[in-house]
Amino acid sequence: MNRTTRAPVALPVRDGNGAAVAAPFPARTTTRRRPASPQWAAWAFLAPVTLYLVLFYAYPLYRNLDLSLRNYTVRSFVQGDAPFTGLANYRRVFEDPTFAPALLHTVVFTGVCLVFQYAIGLALAVFFNQNFRLSATLRALFLVPWLLPLIVSASTWSWMLNSDSGIVNAVLHAVGIGPVNWLTSPSWSLTSVIIANIWIGVPFNLVVLYSGLQSIPTSLYEAAALDGANAWRRFWSITFPLLRPVSAITLLLGLVYTLKVFDIIWIMTKGGPADSSTTFATWSYQLGFGNLLPAFGPGAAVGNLLVVAALVFGLIYLKVQRKQALS
Amino acid sequence: MNRSARRRLTAAVLTVVAVTTGATACSSGASGTSTKAADSGTYTVWDPYPQFAKGSAWTNLLDKCGTEAGVKIKRTGFDTSDLTNKSLLAAQQGNSADVLIVDNPVVSTLAEAGVLTTTDDNKLDTSKVDPNLLAAGQSGGKTYGTPIGANTLALYYNKAVLKKAGVDIASVKDWKSLTAALEKVKKAGKKGITFSAIGTEEGSFQFLPWYWGSGAQLTALDSGQAVSALSLWKNWLDKGYAPNSVINNTQTTSWQEFASGDYAFAENGTWQLANADKAGFDYGVIPVPAATGGSAAAPTGGEFVTLPVQDDTGRYATSQKLVSCLTNSQNLLDTDTTLSYVAPTSEVQDKQVAANAELKPWVDAVKAAKGRTSDDLGTKYPKISEQLWKAVQSALSGSQSPKDALTAAQSAVK
Repeated sequence: MNRTTRAPVALPVRDGNGAAVAAPFPARTTTRRRPASPQWAAWAFLAPVTLYLVLFYAYPLYRNLDLSLRNYTVRSFVQGDAPFTGLANYRRVFEDPTFAPALLHTVVFTGVCLVFQYAIGLALAVFFNQNFRLSATLRALFLVPWLLPLIVSASTWSWMLNSDSGIVNAVLHAVGIGPVNWLTSPSWSLTSVIIANIWIGVPFNLVVLYSGLQSIPTSLYEAAALDGANAWRRFWSITFPLLRPVSAITLLLGLVYTLKVFDIIWIMTKGGPADSSTTFATWSYQLGFGNLLPAFGPGAAVGNLLVVAALVFGLIYLKVQRKQALS
Repeated sequence: MNRSARRRLTAAVLTVVAVTTGATACSSGASGTSTKAADSGTYTVWDPYPQFAKGSAWTNLLDKCGTEAGVKIKRTGFDTSDLTNKSLLAAQQGNSADVLIVDNPVVSTLAEAGVLTTTDDNKLDTSKVDPNLLAAGQSGGKTYGTPIGANTLALYYNKAVLKKAGVDIASVKDWKSLTAALEKVKKAGKKGITFSAIGTEEGSFQFLPWYWGSGAQLTALDSGQAVSALSLWKNWLDKGYAPNSVINNTQTTSWQEFASGDYAFAENGTWQLANADKAGFDYGVIPVPAATGGSAAAPTGGEFVTLPVQDDTGRYATSQKLVSCLTNSQNLLDTDTTLSYVAPTSEVQDKQVAANAELKPWVDAVKAAKGRTSDDLGTKYPKISEQLWKAVQSALSGSQSPKDALTAAQSAVK
């Protein structure tokens, strides 16, 4: 999107300048009159989107950066005279005893969720690609987690996983396994929110990968089948390699969605007990809004760390994509 | 020629569109403040009672008070947890409500931010209010509002469950006898006690009666008394007198557990009285016992009516009239009955008890209660409270011993 809009605009501007420098006097009259109007038109076309980007993206980002570099108390927040403190908020965040566990939980949460969501999503996509009877209906059913509001699904999970009256423990009890404190034990809480998040993320992977599968020509499979390749071989030699671009975008989007997962964790465990399911997203919220006395500065600092993390992976994706395009 | 002319026209149109969008985007921010200045006959009221829609007793009262003061009322109900940040943002934009009703521990935070006027400025009369309730709205010797009503925590008990277990409620006087009662209840095959130990302010709120009941002070989280209070809860969980789910319980989910009829005791607030009558079993209420007998001080809940700072100081006089109307005895009685709160003045409390004798233990509890931000803790309280609920969570979930958890909490506060 960005790249396509930028290119045609940048060129005439550079041309105009170049011409002006090369032949100042005679060129001016001719170059000025003619390219001026498309140039203006180009700027005019750009204006709405630029304005939109500045108002809703650049300014909030700048504000968040600004918040993280100042020492905001409730008083200075209202008066608007918070002193600039450089990286003090970041230092405070790095030195916080919550930092290391939160980082670990964020990495584990994101990694495990991505792997399982992708694997299950791909398996289901291949399964539904067989186009058997009722496959469309079944596929639609699999989308339900995606359509439910997060607050509904997270609350439902937290009821199901309740230590004393949850259905999961009731089932475990029926098969002779003792109760597990899913949400209230520090060793299980992260697992519980991961399970819930995988369940929520599978439909997205299923839909995107399924549409990716549709674009693989069936003739390839027919040829492979004629050559005697079995189903397993066909999957690894045709489906998987040809799905690579779709897989890359699925994983990248999944990564960004998972990094910022907040609602599920907050509703199910509030990041607890004892920070055992705190990720950067919940920690940032906890700092900024979870206390009667908000710590906007450190909260914004944690938020920025998340933005940077997502950005780094975005750049990696772009680089990989470029390499793929070249090869 | 034709084409370029058209192109120029498009360009002009687009520029105009872009400029006007920009202009309206800028001016909409400004118009928010300017309309208020122009429309001086309209006064804004923000409250944390979104459950009351237009036409309810509460909004009718607001309109009535507005009419008496000769102004129009524009009222907005917010979610409690939203209201603090909304008020801070509004103050930052110079756009505060004229009358702001907030949860009492928030008052000191907003006062610290310079958002609220003191009673010296706004001439509110707080002389009739019980001093222990008013203390939550005081810091640095100044008073920043007046309570509209109060609530607090006590122990609800299920009479049938206690009878089955052979427990006489009169025998429950201190922690030891309470624990003994819980043991009997468990032996009788019922469940002991439920409360909320969730990792938010709610968790601290519920723990405080036990904390204060042990004799501990909020300034020393790692004292021996504090450890004894946390050990009491931890012991109940270990022995199975309290369910493990308390670690994740809000006060509402804890109430739902009690309402199932299996539990002997539940620590909950005045606001559940209406639900208690619907629960379908006989219940009673006793104050939370202190460690060695007597009643523990419970924290006060309930909201304060405050007057945020305005650019136009002339508005205070009318706002003060509005608040005086809202908090006069008759209106307090009506409002607190609707909210299921205890009134903040003795005069109205007596009327409430006369009308409903069941409120007697609650009025006593409110009289013995203590504001969380009292003792001049003010804005130190939120930090202490956060560490306190974290310590409770660490200890109850077994990740740290009560002593270690509270020691860590105390060092984090410093």
